[in-house]
Parts: sequence; C-alpha cells; structure tokens
Amino acid sequence: MSTAIADLHETPADLGVNYLNANYGIRSWLLTKDHKRIGLLYLATITLMFFVGGTAAVLMRLHLIEPQGALFEPETYNKLFSTHGIIMVFFFLVPSIPATLGNFLIPLMIGARDVAFPKLNLMSWYIFITGCGFALYATLSGGVDTGWTFYPPYSSSFSHTHVVAVALGVFIAGFSSILTGLNFIVTIHKMRAPGMTWFRLPLFIWALYATSLIFVLGTPVIAITLFLLGLERILHVGIFDPAVGGDPLLFQHLFWFYSHPAVYIMILPGMGVISELITAFSRKKIFGYTFVAFSSLAIAIISFVVWGHHMFVTGQSIYAGLVFSVLSFLVAIPSAIKVFNWTATLYKGSISYEAPMLYALGFIGLFTIGGLTGLFLASLATDVHLNGTYFIVAHFHYIMVGGAVMAYMGGIHFWWPKITGRLYPDYWARVAAALIFIGFNLTFFPQFVLGYLGMPRRYAVYPAEFQVLNVMSSAGASILGIGYVIPLIYLTWSMRYGRAAGPNPWRAKGLEWTIPSPPPTENFEEIPIVTEEAYNYPTSGVASV
Amino acid sequence: MTGFIQCVLSSVTAPAAMIPLQPPAASTIAGGVDKLYYVLTGITAFFAVLIFSIIFYFMVKYRRRSDDEQAPPTHTSLALELTWTIIPSMICAVLFVWASALYVRNARPPAASNEIFVIGKQWMWHVQHPEGPREIDELHVPVGVPVKLTMTSQDVIHDFYIPAFRVKKDVLPGRYTSIWFEATETGTFHLFCAQYCGTNHSQMIGWVYVMTPTDYAEWLAGGEQTVSMAQQGERLFSQFGCGTCHVSGNNGRGPSLAGIYGKPEKLASGQTQVVDEGLIRQAIVNPNSVRVPGYEAIMPTYQGQIDEEQVLQLIAYVKSLGSEERTNGQ
Repeated sequence: MSTAIADLHETPADLGVNYLNANYGIRSWLLTKDHKRIGLLYLATITLMFFVGGTAAVLMRLHLIEPQGALFEPETYNKLFSTHGIIMVFFFLVPSIPATLGNFLIPLMIGARDVAFPKLNLMSWYIFITGCGFALYATLSGGVDTGWTFYPPYSSSFSHTHVVAVALGVFIAGFSSILTGLNFIVTIHKMRAPGMTWFRLPLFIWALYATSLIFVLGTPVIAITLFLLGLERILHVGIFDPAVGGDPLLFQHLFWFYSHPAVYIMILPGMGVISELITAFSRKKIFGYTFVAFSSLAIAIISFVVWGHHMFVTGQSIYAGLVFSVLSFLVAIPSAIKVFNWTATLYKGSISYEAPMLYALGFIGLFTIGGLTGLFLASLATDVHLNGTYFIVAHFHYIMVGGAVMAYMGGIHFWWPKITGRLYPDYWARVAAALIFIGFNLTFFPQFVLGYLGMPRRYAVYPAEFQVLNVMSSAGASILGIGYVIPLIYLTWSMRYGRAAGPNPWRAKGLEWTIPSPPPTENFEEIPIVTEEAYNYPTSGVASV
Repeated sequence: MTGFIQCVLSSVTAPAAMIPLQPPAASTIAGGVDKLYYVLTGITAFFAVLIFSIIFYFMVKYRRRSDDEQAPPTHTSLALELTWTIIPSMICAVLFVWASALYVRNARPPAASNEIFVIGKQWMWHVQHPEGPREIDELHVPVGVPVKLTMTSQDVIHDFYIPAFRVKKDVLPGRYTSIWFEATETGTFHLFCAQYCGTNHSQMIGWVYVMTPTDYAEWLAGGEQTVSMAQQGERLFSQFGCGTCHVSGNNGRGPSLAGIYGKPEKLASGQTQVVDEGLIRQAIVNPNSVRVPGYEAIMPTYQGQIDEEQVLQLIAYVKSLGSEERTNGQ
C-alpha cells in the first residue's frame, strides 16, 4: 500500500526546493504567476465560500424541522436559501474543479511549465475575489431574497434586498470564468509536450476542454442577462417586467441558456476526475477512451439546446416543450455512456479502496441516480407535477453534490499528496467519505418522495404531513455537515504533520506523477517526450523517478 | 403494475408506516401521470440496481490482493459501446413518445369546460366564478365536470399547483395562462403556489373543495355575491364610458364588440388574430398595439386604472355579447 512507499522517503521536514518553499511571504503569493500557487489561491477562496454556503444550508435544514419553521421568519429563510444557492453555484461549484485542480494540473498533465497566459491567470483570480467580495458584502449587509434564479419581475421591481450587489458579484465573477476558459483552451491547444497527441491526453483534460468551451460561450449570456436585470431595477427600463412593457419569460430563456450549460460546467470536470480515479485505483486503461472523450464534447454541445426544459410549466408553447423534451432525453445518452464505461473499466482490474476511490465509487452511484431521475423531468407529463417541488431539489443535488462535489473531494484527496507533498490519514479520510455518502443520501433521498407528494420548494413553512420526511432530511444534513468538516481538519493538519508522499504514492500513470511532490516551480526540469497513451497500466513495480 | 409497486413499497417501509409515499390522486389526469411515474421509478430502480450490483461484484472479485499486482490490458469493445448507447436511446425514445402524448392530451381542455378565473397576487389567490361568487385561497369545483382555469397575476410570477390533480402552471403578470382538470372524487385537497414569489410565498396556499354537482350548485347560489361576472363587467363598461365609442353597428368611433369573441380579427398591423381573453386584455391595457383598421388610434390606455379582476369582468361582458353567435358557431 501507499504508506509503505511513503516510509521509504524523506522525513516531513525535507521535501526539497519546490513551488511552495521556493520563496516566502505574502507578496510571493499575491503576485505569483505560478499556475500551482494560483490554484491554491482559488482553493482557499472557494473553501471559504463553500463553508459560507454550507452554513446557510445547515441553518435552512434546522429551520425545517418544524412545519411552522423552527428558527426564522420567512424573510430570513428566503435569504438563506438564496444565499446558499448563489454562493454554491456561482462562487463554489462553477470554479471548483476547473479553477483549483484544473489550474494546478493542466500544465502538469500535458507536460508544460505553466498555462499559456500566466498573468491573465492571476488576474482571473483577482476578478473572482472581487466578485466574491460583492456577494459576501450583500450577504452580510442584509442579504438577498430572490433565489439564485433572480426571476423578474420579483427581482427587478418587488424585492427590497441587495439584488444589484449580488448580481454585480456574479457578473464580475463571470469574467473570471471566461478568462480561465480562454486560458485553458489555448494552453491545451498550444502547450502540449512533444508526443502528447489529442488522443493521448488524460480524460481530465478532455473534460476541462469541454468545460472551457462552455465557459467562453455561455458565461457572456448570463453577464448580459444580469446587466439587463440591473438596468431594469435601477433605471426602470422595461425589459422583463410587463408593467413597464417587458417580458418576464425573456429573462428565463436568457438565464437558462447559460444556467443549464452551467450544470455541465459543474459536472463535466467531475467526470474528468472520475476517469482519472477509476483508472488509477483499478490500474486499468479506461474502457472506451474515445467514447468517454467525445461524450464530454457531446454533452457540452447539446447542453446549449436544452434550456427550455426548465420552462415546461411557464406556458411556453406545446411544440417548444416537445422539442426541448426530446433534446433533454438526448443529453442523457452521453452521460449513460460514461457510467457504463467507468463500470467496465473495473472489470478484471486490480482495485484498491483508498479514500479517493471511495469518492469515485460514490460519485458513480449518486450520479446514476441523479441522471436517471432527470428522466422524470425530461418527460413532459411527469415534469408538470414534479417541477417546482422538492423532487427538483433532490435531483439537482444528486448531480451537483452527489456528482460534482463528490468528484471534487475525490480529486482533492487524490492529488493532495502532489499538491502538498504530504499524506493525510487515510483512515479518517475513509470515515469522512462514508459519512458524506450516508449523510448525503439521508438528506436528499427523502426529498424525492416529498416532491412526488407535492411539497413545493422554497417554502419557509409547510403542511404538517410533510414533517417526518423533512426531519429525516435535516438529520442527514447534520451528518453531511460533519462529513465536510472532518477533511478540513485532517487536510489542514497534514500540510504540516503529514508524512512525505513521494512522487507517486498511488503508483498512478500520468505526467504529474513523474515529478517530485510538491513539484518544483518550473514543473519539469526537462520537457518530457510522451510515447504512450494515457492510463497505460499495468505499471511495473515501484514507480520510477 | 402500479398497485404491485405500491404494495412492494409499503411492505418495505412497513415500520415507518407514518411516512406517506403517494399523494391523493383525484383527477382524470392523475392516473396517467402516476402510471408513467411508476414506470420511470421502475426503470430507475432497475438500472441503479444493475450498475450497483456490477460495481459491487467487481469491487469484491477484483480487489487488489498484493501491492505489486498488475491488471491485464483493457480491450475496447465496439459491440458493447453500441449496446449501451442504443438500448438507453430506445428506452428514452419510448419514454419521450409516451410522456409527450400524455402531456399533449393533458394540455388541451375539453370544449365544454366550466370556466373559472384565478388571479394571483402577493400572497393570495383570488378566484372568481362566472356566476358571481368570489373566494380567496379556496376553490370550489364540482366533481366529474371539466373545469378550465384562466389565470393571471397582479404582480410577480406565481404558480398554481394542485398536487392531487397533478396539474401546475405558472401564473404570469400581463398574460393569461390556463389549466384544466376534471376532479374524480369529492374531498379537500391542497392548493400551493409553486413559483417563489417573495416573503410569504409559503403561505400562498389554500384548499380545493371538490363537491357533488348539486352541492356545488347550492354553494354557487348561497354566496353573497349574486351578480355575475358579465353583469359586473357591464357596469364597468358604462362606468368607464366604453359604450360612448364601442356602440353596436359600424358607425361608432370604436369597433362594435358584439359577437367578436372567438372570431378571427384582422388588425392594423396586418396580422389576423383570434379574439381571445389575451387579445381583449391587450386591447384594454395597450389599445394601439391591436388597433383594428378603419378606426383611429384614439383609445386611451387603461393600464394602472383598472385591476386584473375588472379586466376579467370586462372580458366576461364582451364574451356575453357574443355568446349567441359562439353557440351557433360550435
């Protein structure tokens, strides 16, 4: 096992000169152009945002223990779910894997010394934290109560909360996405090491390439939409509010034109991570490389033409509904292909169960349920009943938390030894992974039933017959909360006290595992020449280097 | 099929018998939706169990036995890839056709529906029956009779949702949307707002009372309000002075409104539109956008001077002017 290898290596105090200790001081971090350090700046930022959004979620679930609401006035509850949604979607999930692991790993995986535009990369982070600043300011100075969807005319003409500040924060953070996407696309096109052909790329790179396309093509639309919303709110220009000559459904079309692809911004990088984890911990080449790679692109493309499935009950025409329904079924196919290929990869593998693999297997299970329950919502007749209920809440949390966050946690645990050069306690990591899996299911599975029973989402108070299922969900949320705090503790602990990991503790394939952990500032002393396909297991004995 | 699954579900959860698993099904629409729902649940369960079992089996059978163990090389199989592309595609195609056919059927109200009007406003539901009675956060309907709701909002977007009937539709400001249902059993059922609409969104709820037709007729007659919507509309028509221009015949300053409801009308814009609730509403709040050729653009807008309830009453009046022609036409 990995621990045996770690013992052979240096003591924790001696990890050599690397990107972390090459220079010290706050300036060396705030002015860094090193993609690895920028990845860590993002990691710190989004971890803060995750716990802000998570706190809001825990408070909501505690409130819902009582049908009449245990803790807050409806006004406060509305602000909590709005804050939770806005922070988690725009300031955690969208940047999560791309901005942290993507930044850290893309140059390492393709054999480059940095991304194509290092200064632009740093600027993206500054733009992002400016956006975060607006969002946090709005939250702390009274909050916003529109939900993360900002539907007008409520958001433009009726809400008395800090809509403009939050919308501005999302607007600004969007530019960070666009620039990061641009940077990744150019990096992947132009900076691959000799011999690193497109079909030798790790699937993580394919997934991030597809994600970057959505960043660049989709994000401007949400920026324009929120700009128009601000225009209506401040200057009363009639765009969305019919009272001043606007059309409220126009907003929903524009909003979902970005926000549905945004779902895939959140899940595609996760799928990329899972391809890396499944292969590494079963020591197998991925089953159906080209099918997995092209399904990422297919998802990115189809995701732009399914937005209308959020609007089946808005009164849009029956024919529009039919077209969006068939396209929504279509986008399910590439996701199914991925799940089957991951499963087939395990066949005759040499499978081990360290924490990252537990997250990966958890991902497959939860994503499968999330994906299959999507069929209920692509089906027009059942969507009419389930839309706007807790069924929707359960479905997208299975995708975004059961999928995206599980993959993010798996990825962080997998590459943590590379990032910090140290190992975390695997026992605690497995405990946390199990708690998260159990807590997650207890939180969100009852919500499928609640939705079918007809309980609408975003209710601060609810009829008493829904209480038992709500209490189950709240109990799950408290387990889930603990599950997320444990890794924060042992990962932080390991940065100082963890045993040295060595270059390749998992004996995984991939260029990032051929260099020391943590990597030196310039990544590769000599640019490697790639002569083999990705995941070319079996490995031979102890990894070289 | 449905019964079997429910039976399985209830036996599995017998210790937690107080957990409800199915909402009441009390409309002609509910049965079809539930059947599709249970088939979808079956498909979900089948694939989830299939994938979980395979993964679990592989996890145990191929667990790493020594740290230096190597796995045999992977062979890609086009046949397998095609199998797991084509089978899900076919299942999706069947689901799409089934769900869409059901949706299209559920979306179209039968011609002879009772019409009731609904106005959403922060945070209550106003219901008005053509016969006159109004109610707030309650909706009385007869059992076994198709009922069509024509709905609009006074302020933000709401959504009218009756879980027991499996019907739901957004209620938007500035336009009419509609749903229909035919209740199949008497009783009291939840009515929810399902589109977030502000502070007291979760209190924008009420009850639907399904009554026998005789009870319903009694209820209609027993209310305090005995003036029908059309009569109230007629009063408004004279109160706002509409009749000074819209006289019957062709010699008024505005077009005659007799018999126009449900007929196609050529507009000055060149378009031909059927005169429905939405068009009449538009003619009241933004008259010049739907001007009829041959008449000048002299009608003032009534936006802001007239509330949604009054607009509906005026519409009911205009409809009553055309009721004879319409009956003959059908």
